Amino acid sequence: MKLEIGNIHVKALEFGQNTALSAGTVQIDQQELVGFIRELDHRIASVALDIARPGDKTRIMPVKDVIEPRCKVEGKGCMFPGRNPGDEAMVGEGRTHVLKGMAVVTTGKVVGFQEGIIDMSGPGAEYTPFSKTLNLVITCEVDDTCNQYDHEAILRKVGIETANLIGQLAKTATADDSRTYETKPLLEQAAQYPNLPKVGYVYMLQSQGLLHDTYLYGVDVKTILPTLLYPTEVMDGAIMSGNCVSACDKNPSIVHQNSPVIHELYEHHGTKYNFMGVIVTNENVTLADKERSSNYVAKLAVQMGLDAVIISEEGFGNPDADLVMNCRKLEDAGIKTVLLTDEYAGQNGESQSLADSTPKGDAVVTNGNANQVVHLPAMDKVIGHDTYANVIAGGWDGSLHADGSITAEIQVITGSTNELGYHNLTSIAG
Amino acid sequence: MTIKIVHYINQFFGQKGGEEAANLPIELVNGPVGPGAALQGLLAGKGEIVKTIICGDSYFNENEGVACMGIREILEEIKPDLLVAGPAFNAGRYGMACGKVGEVAHGLGIATISGMYNENPGYELYKNYSYMVPTSNSAAGMRQALPAMAALITAWAEKEGKLGTPEEEGYMPRGLRVNVFSEERGAKRAVNMLISKLAGESFKTEYEMPVFDRVEPQPPVLDLSKATIALVTSGGVVPKGNPDRIESSSASKFGEYSIAGLQTLTCESHETAHGGYDPVACNQDPNRVLPVDVLRDMEREGKIGKLHDLYYSTVGNGTSVANAKAYGHAIAMHLLNAGVSAAILTST
Repeated sequence: MKLEIGNIHVKALEFGQNTALSAGTVQIDQQELVGFIRELDHRIASVALDIARPGDKTRIMPVKDVIEPRCKVEGKGCMFPGRNPGDEAMVGEGRTHVLKGMAVVTTGKVVGFQEGIIDMSGPGAEYTPFSKTLNLVITCEVDDTCNQYDHEAILRKVGIETANLIGQLAKTATADDSRTYETKPLLEQAAQYPNLPKVGYVYMLQSQGLLHDTYLYGVDVKTILPTLLYPTEVMDGAIMSGNCVSACDKNPSIVHQNSPVIHELYEHHGTKYNFMGVIVTNENVTLADKERSSNYVAKLAVQMGLDAVIISEEGFGNPDADLVMNCRKLEDAGIKTVLLTDEYAGQNGESQSLADSTPKGDAVVTNGNANQVVHLPAMDKVIGHDTYANVIAGGWDGSLHADGSITAEIQVITGSTNELGYHNLTSIAG
Repeated sequence: MTIKIVHYINQFFGQKGGEEAANLPIELVNGPVGPGAALQGLLAGKGEIVKTIICGDSYFNENEGVACMGIREILEEIKPDLLVAGPAFNAGRYGMACGKVGEVAHGLGIATISGMYNENPGYELYKNYSYMVPTSNSAAGMRQALPAMAALITAWAEKEGKLGTPEEEGYMPRGLRVNVFSEERGAKRAVNMLISKLAGESFKTEYEMPVFDRVEPQPPVLDLSKATIALVTSGGVVPKGNPDRIESSSASKFGEYSIAGLQTLTCESHETAHGGYDPVACNQDPNRVLPVDVLRDMEREGKIGKLHDLYYSTVGNGTSVANAKAYGHAIAMHLLNAGVSAAILTST
């Protein structure tokens, strides 16, 4: 598969008379967009739109998803395929346009305990990659006929459909920069660089239930067996987030769209190694599923003739077992591994960090200790509801202070310890 | 800028005497004393020792609570930028005291720089709380220890408390994981590590895999029909409303709750506080995580002697292994004191 990504750099995001893209400015007709969103589900009770720009004294919480507007210009399929009848075409080929530098962010009353915080300025902004994007924020509430599953599904749909709608603005725009990514069918790819080691990417996806689910071509990944993807498929939304594990190491949809390990692996494809493709797998809750999926991953890696893989985890604790099983079984099969994880080392960093371990895991990249405590000063504006600071994962009773400031673990910050290596935080022995 | 330092030393280095003065209570004097004077000179204006705390080693270790309270009051009063303790070399009681005052200062948000021999028990026990430079095992190494401590103090002052790694700065590892922002993002570091590993070149893992303790299983309960069985869970089942506000992740506590006379749990009586798994099935029927209903059946059928009146619950989600171990220890003591024969642990 060969995919050309054309980036249109968004320099300004504003509300205005009509929805349009002109000279790097995205303008949104607020009334029209609110109408579009309300039509998505009759159980939506209210919709409000805001714009949050880098440097604003603005806090967004509880954040559910962050999505990058994109659209298909050439080639089959649509963004985030497989959700609706008729959208079953495979993606990852042709040309895709991206509104680079902006994002759609969804918020509203909490579904579970896990949703996150994005601060657009101050110390919290350093910890989240999404303080650097121009954010169109949708605050969406649902009526009381919705259970938690309905609530999550509606908010997910609102975010994805809005991003897809705005992404259409890029369709006829001229890209500011373009890059082509290509991975060939297995036999051809192997033949292209016969003297280079073959590497793959084992892409672990959360699949533990409400707010812990991920979708592959619209399919809940807890129901899949591990399978193969061309790396370019994710750039067209083959993987969609439905999960907020804890906000720090949840992968919002934008992280899958820009999947960092895939992009970094392409950098040395054909020079240092031969990047053969991606194995997606799940992190189910039962031991039998964990054993089956990790056995299957090792089998596929051998079947592909891989010499080495990068394995990325999503979440912590229970999925540490999946990470360790994948590592151990791949190393036992003679395939070298590098692991991407984060740590829960306690608020002072004094504890061991993982819930499972293997001596085979000798190459680990850590994306930081999620238990570290941070003080987030009060902001001039809160989009959403800050009262949840006391209950979201990483907060405690008393996290929200009377002046609007918050003291909590960085676990509460969306993307702070992202385990796909999207951000720069790490931990060292000190 | 000159930082304000309080220096902690023992009776010997405080020039009060040897073992015969080891019971000396805390004494606070102005300015530097003994090694402090040499240290002050080495700091070349970067730091000023405003007060010196002198305390007998035996006094400190035999009256630790009182001594710590006194030192806390002194630190609260003077509000130094930094506490310096020792160097203690391989003197066990002195090392323990230097380590402990570091813990006291840590509790007040004050950093401590110390120095001791790497086998001093004060290092192993209190390394989390202080930056300790390695010294030789006896005071003969004073001439090497003081410049090393002065260099670390100077670095601490110049970097406004943000010291680099143990290797860079010359202190012994504190056994802590410290967050820093890296120049390159994680994905790029992973690819670089992969390239090194493939080429057979040396690379440095960013996290050494932990080694876990193993718990020896207890002997089996021989007669369940006479046993008192307790329920303990990390699945976060709490009375509705979560009265102790157990956190949804990184729990700071566990709860003890009565189920005396309760035949079953319901969605009206109990819920989960856990933020790390799909809570719907548990909230519909909390017995799915804390099986009170089945244990009551077994109690009625005489299969078990009795279900313990209290159950213990915490949230396993994002809770560090060190905290989990401490809660487990405390819960076990409660169960032991209550004469419980065995416990069923449910996790999620």
